[in-house]
Amino acid sequence: MALMRYAEALNAALREEMAADPSVFLFGEDIGRYGGVFKVTKGLMEEFGESRVRDTPISEQAMTAMAVTAAMTGTRPVLEIMYADFIPLSLDALVNQASIYNYIWDGKVKMPFVLRTQGGGGSGAGAQHSKALDSMLAHIPGIKVVAPSTPADAKGMLKAAIRDDQPVVFLEHKLLYNVRGEVPDGDIIVPLGKAATLREGKDVSLFATSKMVVEAVKAADLLQADGISAEVIDLRSLRPLDVNAIVTSISKTHHAVVVNEGWRFCGYAAELSATIMDFAFDELDAPVARVTLPDMPIPYSEPLEIAMLPNADKIRAAALATLK
Amino acid sequence: MKNTPSVEEHLEIYRKMLMVRHLEEGLGALHKEGRTRGPIHRCDGQEAVGIAATAVLEAGDKVTTTHRGHAVYIGKGMELRPVIAEIFGRETGACAGRAGHMLVADVEKGVIGGNAIVGAGIPAATGMALSMQVMGQPNVAMCVFGDGAAQTGICHEAMNMAALWKLPVVFVLEHNQFGLTVPSDVQSSVKDISIRAAGYGMPSEIVDGNDAVAVYRAVGAMAERARRGEGPGMIECKTYRLEGFSTSDMGGYQTKEEIAAWKARDPLKISRDALTADVDEAKLVEVEAKAKADVDEAFATALSDPMPQFAIDEACNPYSEAH
Ligand SMILES: Cc1ncc(C[n+]2csc(CCOP(=O)(O)OP(=O)(O)O)c2C)c(N)n1
Ligand SMILES: [Mg+2]
Repeated sequence: MALMRYAEALNAALREEMAADPSVFLFGEDIGRYGGVFKVTKGLMEEFGESRVRDTPISEQAMTAMAVTAAMTGTRPVLEIMYADFIPLSLDALVNQASIYNYIWDGKVKMPFVLRTQGGGGSGAGAQHSKALDSMLAHIPGIKVVAPSTPADAKGMLKAAIRDDQPVVFLEHKLLYNVRGEVPDGDIIVPLGKAATLREGKDVSLFATSKMVVEAVKAADLLQADGISAEVIDLRSLRPLDVNAIVTSISKTHHAVVVNEGWRFCGYAAELSATIMDFAFDELDAPVARVTLPDMPIPYSEPLEIAMLPNADKIRAAALATLK
Repeated sequence: MKNTPSVEEHLEIYRKMLMVRHLEEGLGALHKEGRTRGPIHRCDGQEAVGIAATAVLEAGDKVTTTHRGHAVYIGKGMELRPVIAEIFGRETGACAGRAGHMLVADVEKGVIGGNAIVGAGIPAATGMALSMQVMGQPNVAMCVFGDGAAQTGICHEAMNMAALWKLPVVFVLEHNQFGLTVPSDVQSSVKDISIRAAGYGMPSEIVDGNDAVAVYRAVGAMAERARRGEGPGMIECKTYRLEGFSTSDMGGYQTKEEIAAWKARDPLKISRDALTADVDEAKLVEVEAKAKADVDEAFATALSDPMPQFAIDEACNPYSEAH
């Protein structure tokens, strides 16, 4: 075990996978000489050279399309898109290219690429640099979407994503990069598609993603003071979703709060609610409560931004309401 | 050296061009009988581009093409039957009827593949070239793209990166004068699109796209240069689409005079005339009869091939445990 920051855990995963497999290479804006605007790729260009760690022009559309075909022809590219807000530029490559070939070419191609990006609010980056566009990505059949919330998962899931033979969008969060946590030593792999139970409880289940997992854990502490036992489930794999973990938890607590930092309408939290309706309706004692961003742009000024973001207090309030 | 095709190579190019012409005409006839499904984009009059450009490629090289890719599919070595069966949605199609005529691929043959998002084939080929460079492979990627595709934003991004990194990619511009119904001079700021190559620091050449030998020479030299690690280049092939944009084109924007002028310079005629210097008439007639017979037979077989059955395919489901 070693105490590591989330960004360092990602860096370790990249370094280990690049050392183990010469077909793994990285490209993205500012990732080489500078080491990435969030320092995730620090030192990797020095170690692996300019062919395998490439600083790119600002060309998200073509880079994403190139990751798709480079992956089809013998390499394992890891592309960094600096902000999730830029994902709309990558969408043709994901929606019309990556998602179709596995099926329309009858299983004859592999597409082992990882698109790393980071989203989320709370840093004063404004309306074009703060969004979580999880549902836009998880909507696309054929793409896996994962979002680790701890340094250990950041490392283990990135290694799993790089070894996966299908496209994986890997969602990080700008406010998680400095979070510290224990990371097991060695070649740890956290399989994609499995949720993690971070806290056991019996009264209400809190299902959360990415940084909202941290808020859900804080909410569980607050609820404990209210005399309520909350279970916290980290939905670190947005797609494929671990439906069993959701159903198992609700069968125990009979109350569900779903938390996601994206917009509400057609959002990832809406998908979670519908999934619960499909698979655990009979277990519910109250309607599912959704905690999300309101459907509006993210403002800049601190009190405006803080007021709109989902947080532990809002999760606590939603849990109390569903238990009434 | 691949600079000039041998007589045998030219004859082979001629044979493939003929097959593609018969393929396109056969599709036109079946469309009239109501026996095709969805729009079909024929390349009559443009065969020299797709066939002669891919003739310079080697087995491990890759090619991407457009929604109008029949000549590229056949040029890069695909058989007629899986191509025709795919066009008719058959189980025996190259992609089991899932792709349709615009998105055909044969990964083993390096056709990766047709692409019907205009412009998307350009970064697709560039990405394959990136992969070749990272792995140190001696191969090249080729992108056959249209004059309409040349106007997309992604074209700029991809060509800049290709030239910046000296990627082994050859951009073959199939300038057939139209993007759908809109003439090139109404959508392009320049007449000769390849002058833009200079803006990326890449060499370019304009050739008569109806002259298979000219296409072969220019593309061959550019591919060799790319293979030597000297970076990408662009060949602009001036040609003309003799038929409609697709089988659903209602026409009205191509003049009779224009069509007649280009028909007089049909690529099949240009190649045949050139070949008569070295090949007996009897041999040419034999090759011509064989091409026609092969296409007829492939149509007959493909059209009687079985239709696929729909089922959720776990083997192609990236979320299944198998992956
Ligand atoms: C991104 C995108 N925009 C528009 C279309 C519709 N469309 C299909 S082909 C075409 C014209 C393409 O022109 P060009 O690249 O010159 O190819 P050509 O049809 O002449 O072979 C258009 C506009 C499309 N398929 N994709
Ligand atoms: Mg055109």
